[in-house]
Amino acid sequence: MKRFGELVAVDGVDFDLQRGEAFGFLGPNGAGKTSTMRMIGCVSPVTDGTLRVFGLDPGRDGVKIRGRLGVVPQLDTLDMELTVRENIIIYGRYFGLPRRALGARADELLDFVQLTERANDKVEPLSGGMKRRLTIARSLVNDPEVMLLDEPTTGLDPQARHVVWDRLYRLKQSGVTLVLTTHYMDEAEQLCDRLVVMDKGKIAAEGSPRELIERYSTREVIELRFENGRPDDFGYWTEGLVSRVESLPDRVLLYTDDGDAAAHGLHERGLVPESVLVRRSTLEDVFLHLTGRSLIE
Amino acid sequence: MSTLALRPFEYFFAQYRRVWRGSAVTSVVTPVVYLLALGVGLGVFVDRSAELPGGISYLEFVAPGLLAGTMMQIATFESSWPVLSAIKWDRQYLAMLATPLRVGDVLLGHQAWVAARLTMIATIYLVVITAFGGVSSPLAILAIPVAVLVGVAFSAPIAAWAAHTETEVSFVAIFRFVILPMFLFSGTFFPISSLPSALEVLAHLTPLWHGVSLCRQLTLGEVELWNALGHLVYLVSFAAVGLALARYTYRKRLVL
Repeated sequence: MKRFGELVAVDGVDFDLQRGEAFGFLGPNGAGKTSTMRMIGCVSPVTDGTLRVFGLDPGRDGVKIRGRLGVVPQLDTLDMELTVRENIIIYGRYFGLPRRALGARADELLDFVQLTERANDKVEPLSGGMKRRLTIARSLVNDPEVMLLDEPTTGLDPQARHVVWDRLYRLKQSGVTLVLTTHYMDEAEQLCDRLVVMDKGKIAAEGSPRELIERYSTREVIELRFENGRPDDFGYWTEGLVSRVESLPDRVLLYTDDGDAAAHGLHERGLVPESVLVRRSTLEDVFLHLTGRSLIE
Repeated sequence: MSTLALRPFEYFFAQYRRVWRGSAVTSVVTPVVYLLALGVGLGVFVDRSAELPGGISYLEFVAPGLLAGTMMQIATFESSWPVLSAIKWDRQYLAMLATPLRVGDVLLGHQAWVAARLTMIATIYLVVITAFGGVSSPLAILAIPVAVLVGVAFSAPIAAWAAHTETEVSFVAIFRFVILPMFLFSGTFFPISSLPSALEVLAHLTPLWHGVSLCRQLTLGEVELWNALGHLVYLVSFAAVGLALARYTYRKRLVL
């Protein structure tokens, strides 16, 4: 548990991490994801409850634990004036790694994140995606067993996000445990073997992305948009066709295992929305079902 | 000092290497300019019209004052903006704290770096003063560690404040209303006995006056042992209390 004065930021969050898996915390801003990550990262003491990282107590063995973690914070903490390569070397020095070995290590890591050509440039002019990749390379300098990634792709354009995902996926393949927070359902689906949905400091559900969708949603979703206001008595139109209706300000979501059949049924009943979209269920729908709210508001 | 604290030191050194040329030039030019204007220029008039205690020249009087006063200014600067920046703007402290380094290491490492900078500058300063003829005893070499101590007596409490404050606005106020008056009225440019008695009492309380007095005893080679020890204890206490305060504010700010 984590308390800041009166505010309970994280409350009764219970989870175990398996070696080599990618574990995600999915939730909206303010759900307690970052607080949880900071506690795992041994920068923020636990107010109440038990936390063990590598079987060690963060309160006592913070130095040891942090030596085995790789941290990618939500906001970059790169030095803008040093070069790309120097940033990695200096960071390696914080872990007490010998300077001689660090040069080669830095080159290897820059190659991994495809920044070799920028090695001797200052950080300042790099794009957001490049800075993120550098932060990831830097966090790998101590060969961490576990990486903590706090919203690794927030603020990046789609192409840059895919590059980051690709690198993270390779890390996972090589046996590094990934722990990440995100409020993007596609990121959680792409990267996580297992995740917990967090809301208001609590865990709302836990499982693999597929399990969560199966448990908390239907296979497909119909999205309806109406131009001139939606019909009042929606239950009447959808009766027997779909298993659940979720009414959002800009659209109505209808949950059903066979979207096309249900959409056809609605059409036959004479319901004519402005647009009809049938899609597969995502974690967004899981979140909506669990909390009654959208992930990104 | 824990060896962990040497690691942040390395970072600040790496950062400094980018600007060392300009900084080195400034470190030499500043004392030369001050000594030319005050020690030589103003000194001619002072020596003609007034008797300084002990019959020393104005250059000999003002040189140790400038040394201690400059240390105060540089130390205050080095522990204000850079500390807030490491917390808030470039967030280097946060990068360090994600590694095995602890809050105490980060604080000590940064302060150790400030002390190292002060040592470089004090050494250059002393060489320049000596070249101008402002030093009359080999004991002056001890003025280097004392000048560094004066610096730390300021940098530690200023770091404590910088880790507490949310914005940089107070730094300018500190310079204008604390550092500048101290620089002018702590026995740097004239004996504090010329001040109105209330201000003289106040001047006795400033760490700069203790620093200036001690540096002056050393460069003149006229050390009064118990008096000197008193100054030393005062400065060490200031630095120690400052460090303890900084440890507290750093922890409060960085360990949420």
